[in-house]
Amino acid sequence: MGRRTSQPWEGLGGGQALPRWVSWQAGRAGASLGDRGFRLLTRTAALYVLGLMAAMSFAMSWAAFPSLKAFGWRFLVTSTWDPVAESFGALPFVYGTVLSSMLALLIAVPLSIGAAIYLAELAPLWIRPPIAFLIELLAAIPSVVYGLWGIFVLAPWLRTWLQPALATWLGFLPLFQGPPYGVGMLAAGIILAIMVVPFITAVSREVFLAVPTTQREAALALGATRWETTRIAVLRYGRSGILGAVLLGLGRALGETMAVTMVIGNRPQIALSLFAPGYTMASVIANEFAEATSDLYLAALGEIGLLLLLLTVVINALARLLVWSVGGAVKAVRE
Amino acid sequence: MREIRMGRKLTGMILAALLLPLGFAPGQVSAQLLMNGAGATFPYPLYSKWFDEYAKLDRSARFNYQSIGSGGGIRQIMAQTVDFGASDGPMSDEQLRKAPGELFHIPMVMGAVVATYNLPGTPKLRFPADLLADIFLGKVTRWNDPRIEAANPAAGLPNQPIILVHRSDGSGTTYIWVDYLSKVSKEWEAKVGRGTSVNWPVGLGGKGNEGVAGLVKNTPGALGYVELAYAITNKLPAAAIRNRAGHFVEPNIESTTAAAAGAARNMPPDFRVSLTDPPGEDAYPVAGFTWLLVYREQHDEIRGRALAKFLWWATHDGQKYAPALLYAPLPPQVVKMVEPKIKEIRFQGKPLLAGD
Repeated sequence: MGRRTSQPWEGLGGGQALPRWVSWQAGRAGASLGDRGFRLLTRTAALYVLGLMAAMSFAMSWAAFPSLKAFGWRFLVTSTWDPVAESFGALPFVYGTVLSSMLALLIAVPLSIGAAIYLAELAPLWIRPPIAFLIELLAAIPSVVYGLWGIFVLAPWLRTWLQPALATWLGFLPLFQGPPYGVGMLAAGIILAIMVVPFITAVSREVFLAVPTTQREAALALGATRWETTRIAVLRYGRSGILGAVLLGLGRALGETMAVTMVIGNRPQIALSLFAPGYTMASVIANEFAEATSDLYLAALGEIGLLLLLLTVVINALARLLVWSVGGAVKAVRE
Repeated sequence: MREIRMGRKLTGMILAALLLPLGFAPGQVSAQLLMNGAGATFPYPLYSKWFDEYAKLDRSARFNYQSIGSGGGIRQIMAQTVDFGASDGPMSDEQLRKAPGELFHIPMVMGAVVATYNLPGTPKLRFPADLLADIFLGKVTRWNDPRIEAANPAAGLPNQPIILVHRSDGSGTTYIWVDYLSKVSKEWEAKVGRGTSVNWPVGLGGKGNEGVAGLVKNTPGALGYVELAYAITNKLPAAAIRNRAGHFVEPNIESTTAAAAGAARNMPPDFRVSLTDPPGEDAYPVAGFTWLLVYREQHDEIRGRALAKFLWWATHDGQKYAPALLYAPLPPQVVKMVEPKIKEIRFQGKPLLAGD
């Protein structure tokens, strides 16, 4: 196993990678016309993604230009959002996006990985397919349905049960202070967590299933208990794959619009309390774009879009670095 | 082998199905004009009903409308990518100056905005105008505030905080609401002002009428605003508001039409008027027009005539479809004022509706 080099771009359990000679063959001059045509086609498809990305960045910058010129760095550090006076600052939206996504991961990651371990390692065989199917089904529910459920079920429950309980037991923390509205940052975090669980679970489960049985047998042979086997042989082996799964979930959480906007309270403010309403970048664009009439207003929304794109790129790059460094560590352990 | 052949057959069928409309479409459409419009979402149900009914009367033109929001409607008509725009808020002087030609605002129908709430026992509430503004400014924060109790002595108001709910998406509904608050409160006008989205001093934002209604329904002590039509269909409580004449008026279709009748006396010639806080005994004070935006000078005679004919029909016969869909029809005084405006629509200096 030590010979398999772990590459940073191999996100999810790259165990099934083809032998190198296959790709050599395709590139060789003598390869058949079909092979070359296929190669060209797939390459075009890959380049298309790059082109799209470049075009998007350009279009966004273009749209944001008046706002970039008018506000400069102030756009990033001020928190007034006043369309009437045309004074715009993006800080509360950035804060809301990052906080709600982190909150979602905090809840979703342990839950998903637990579920994935159970499904891949512990559950009786007959029960695995139906549970896996149901979890994947969760991913197919439209976000507006989650949003409505959030307004009509989750928010009232939070307001009458969870938030008063949190305020009673943990009220000394600034995180759990203030009036319980039900809707707010906490509701957004929980909705997002529910929405990303199926993604992280499904991918982690695949990662665990891809761990060679020999790994587990080796751990068992050393006298490891079931938990130790899971920890040493499965979790450690699949670490980079799990991070990939978490990233996928994070991507969805950062960009989710509809469900979040229905439960977050849509108030552009920076509050420490999780009970307080907040706002996210995707939500403000979806909410205000259609009726934004002035040029500067539109440009400010465009700049929010640009920031969201940048934020996604930065977070993904950081996470890639993390996968990379962890991948390196795994390699070191294996060798 | 068999499967492959089946697959090919299937592919062929799908391709044929895809190509079929292409082959037939031009023959059918060429006889018919396709008029494009875009804009406000609020009147969309009525507009689609109109286009449907009008198509039965006049087969030469078909109307296509995209409800992309008033902002989008204004942008599209200014860019001349559509034949007509639609907006719940009037265009600003600056926008009119930037437009490539003279634009008319033709009022179509009216909508009203109501204050809805969630209180134990759902009492009928009444609000003096300045009180409403102070609540939305965050100066009156509890339901048992002496000022609210004074207006509603029998309501049995609870000792509870008022949780305000407003629209989070930009909307004509918000525009009408804050336009009203600006008229009745100097402080609101100075601090917050008018717009399809504003910087709310307090409160939670709900997306769309359904988002606001959902938050209000599920939050005891909530107070928010929604369109009249939405409040009626969903049986939400709606407060009476004291109008300029000093009467508490319940929101409904008649009191909304009365608002336009009250405002008709000093209607500006371009119809860019806000109907909020109008004079008139029975006028509900939080109402507004929704307009179609059309160029005075049309670039195409046939299209221009089709548009003018439709406008005439919509402001006359079309009005009867409004109440069923919970829009308030234009009062006769306003229709009289709109008529010469529609007749002014012209092609190369020649009025398009001269004969009618």
